[in-house]
Amino acid sequence: MTTSTKDPVLVVIQLSGANDYMNTVIPYADPLYYDFRPVVSIPQNEVVPIDGQLAFHPSLLPLKDKFWDTGKMALIHGAGYPNPNRSHFRSMDIWHTCEPEIMGIEGWLGRAIRDLDPTAENVLTGVNIGQSLPRALAVPGVPVASVANLEQYGVLTGIEGDKERNQALDVFARMYTPAVGSGIVMDYLAQTGQDILKGADILKVAPAKYSSTVEYADNSIAQALKGIAQVHLADLGTRVFYCSHALYDTHATQVADHKKLWDDLAPAVCDFYDDLREHDASDNVVMLLFTEFGRRVRDNGSGTDHGSGGGSFVIGDPIKGGMYSEYPSLKPEDQLDGDLRFSYDFRGIYSTILERWLGLDAKPVVGGSFEQLDFI
Amino acid sequence: MANNEIQLMAHLMRRAGFGAPFEELEARVAKGYEATVEELLRAEEKPDWEEDVARRHMIGGHLGNAMPEIQGFWMQRMIATTRPLQEKMTLFWHTILCSGDSKLDHPETMDTHIDMVREKALGRYPDLLVALSRDPAMIIYLDNRYSHKDSINENYGRELLELFSMGVGNYTEDDVKMAARAFTGWTLAPAMNSFIPYQRHAFKFQYDPEDHDDGEKVFLGQRGRFNGDDIINIIARQPATARFIARHLYDFFVADEVQVPAWQTTPPRDPAAVNVLADAYLQSDYDIRSVLRVLFNSDFFKDESVWYARVKSPVEVVVGTMRLVGDHLTPAPGIESLVGAAGGMGQILLNPPSVEGWHGGKEWINSGALVNRVNFVANRVGDLSLPGVQRIVERLGDITESISPSDFVDGCLELMGSIRVEEDTRLALIAHVERGGPLGRDTEEERASFARKVGELLQLIASSREYQFA
Repeated sequence: MTTSTKDPVLVVIQLSGANDYMNTVIPYADPLYYDFRPVVSIPQNEVVPIDGQLAFHPSLLPLKDKFWDTGKMALIHGAGYPNPNRSHFRSMDIWHTCEPEIMGIEGWLGRAIRDLDPTAENVLTGVNIGQSLPRALAVPGVPVASVANLEQYGVLTGIEGDKERNQALDVFARMYTPAVGSGIVMDYLAQTGQDILKGADILKVAPAKYSSTVEYADNSIAQALKGIAQVHLADLGTRVFYCSHALYDTHATQVADHKKLWDDLAPAVCDFYDDLREHDASDNVVMLLFTEFGRRVRDNGSGTDHGSGGGSFVIGDPIKGGMYSEYPSLKPEDQLDGDLRFSYDFRGIYSTILERWLGLDAKPVVGGSFEQLDFI
Repeated sequence: MANNEIQLMAHLMRRAGFGAPFEELEARVAKGYEATVEELLRAEEKPDWEEDVARRHMIGGHLGNAMPEIQGFWMQRMIATTRPLQEKMTLFWHTILCSGDSKLDHPETMDTHIDMVREKALGRYPDLLVALSRDPAMIIYLDNRYSHKDSINENYGRELLELFSMGVGNYTEDDVKMAARAFTGWTLAPAMNSFIPYQRHAFKFQYDPEDHDDGEKVFLGQRGRFNGDDIINIIARQPATARFIARHLYDFFVADEVQVPAWQTTPPRDPAAVNVLADAYLQSDYDIRSVLRVLFNSDFFKDESVWYARVKSPVEVVVGTMRLVGDHLTPAPGIESLVGAAGGMGQILLNPPSVEGWHGGKEWINSGALVNRVNFVANRVGDLSLPGVQRIVERLGDITESISPSDFVDGCLELMGSIRVEEDTRLALIAHVERGGPLGRDTEEERASFARKVGELLQLIASSREYQFA
């Protein structure tokens, strides 16, 4: 059941609500940017240039120092898919399931976890830190521990006395035995209950074993990454971690809100890697940051509306840093209904990570063959 | 004890309310099913709860962030209400007509928002939509205050069509823009200066004719100088709206449907039932109370195949449990922790994850959420000091001279609200009781042990799979 610490591990951070890529990686040398964004733009004297054309938002400075300048950060411009859908719900579903045409049920990471651990030997192969399980991790029959609080994970913890609690857990186990003909949701509950019993016993050691000099900030994304670090460092065989950061839906007051989000996120990612490096446990961890779509080219006077053509980041020691795929053109004739046109199919990012990092066959996971990139 | 009438009433009360203790089910059966439905529908005929008393118990927020207080206030109201269907419908609309404090950052405006929803919850749907379009929380949440005559913000226009009325596929991108134009100028009054210490005020609606696009619009094939009211009147009478609302009501009150984005491609679980509800909507001048009357009295609702066909939402778990154990029936400190408990199961009241609301049904369940559900309920029903638990112990002790393990299990299931479980679950519970030894009540010591065994069994029932369903 245990795997070596050095098995490749993937950490995914979902930027919920559609991160504005144009204000994250900024085409600061393009006058069209300032024409289209009279209000929601970052002035040239504030951006953090990465070359003559593009610059980071100032709040990404920690990421630039730690990862970009050391060649460990890949920018994948224009990540999207054909016929962009501007509904958060639907677009996030497409990123989660790799099914732009039909409604997908299975999450791509759930499939990857199934392929990594086909017999579901370890109920902690996939771990989500958060209140609810994202669809990306959901595949019927694939256990994923979704944990809000590592210390309090387990059922019937209120029953006093070891003997009494063990008897109660026996009944619980029996009540959560799948039975023929009891229905899909009942079966799903049964499996979830069994996974809890197994996972709880293993997971509760993680915080106790953990010690670090890194002090994470007291915000949701920093604390989620701390939880991931604790589980990773406890060496429980987890291969896929997931957490989400919200809310990037900046229709209004974007300049302040978007800054706050990255002011929380960028240092949290740096702290996470510092923590891992302190324990010599960073070289087998790759991190993907993605969002459901980009935002409209033209601002609306206070924020930006739903668009397409966003962008993703891949970070980590094994990553070949640099820019991949083309930054979409801002020229009006190149736009798609006022949005950046996507230049690279996101399923190629997944394929690259699945094949070159996790060592899996990407085709069945993402539903086809897509151009891979050389960031790994 | 078990009989079909009680079980049907338990089903009605789990759906039209938050479940009911056994004594209440008995009283309602005596009154009759249709009479109970009518009483639930005519919520305003029941005395409202003593709001001012509850407010007096929640004064901390005015000195700082009032949000926990306002969430707690609603949680308290759902537990204590004499109008369960009104609160259930308020919750229903809150899961669809989403607005949330994570964006507003203005608790007082969330408070007036949910009061508005409650007031309109059982009325005509277009009246609710008009009130919603003028509701400061919504004007902030979906950015209509930033939608101007010369530069529209499409957010509200789009979600009104996609999520609040017709559903994707029934309108064009141009319709979205036309709707957005029609709502320009529906904005907020300038913020009031507060001269009263320790108090903030909710935002107020203001119509700004200077910023309203009064031009001609073509919307859903009709042409006119439409304003927001006109748009809502056109939307309300669309068959797509009737079907969309009908399917939402079916999903919330009858049986879990697939997630909303799949509705375009997946037919309803019971198309005939959705048609019946959609017709009731169109024929009643879009009156929600009339639709619900049809729903609760229909055969498709009463049918045993839809009993326990919905996974309880976290708020239903928390409120239902508190009503069962008889805790927090009157205002008391600590209500905020119940808001947090529902949050730990994946549903933070007045703070949906996005404008699409929560993914319900099976998606309420994952390992983390299930841990929290089981532990929250088990800790409450195992607390022998709570009045509802004491009543169950007393009533069970009164049944007969000697009580067999299977009577004991059946009795507990019945007294927890006429809960039906799979036979395997029942046998597991009986085996557990058998292992615990005799169930005598002759001596003080035996009675204490009996009570403890009841508490333990209630905890196990609460942790069962079946208890997760409504």
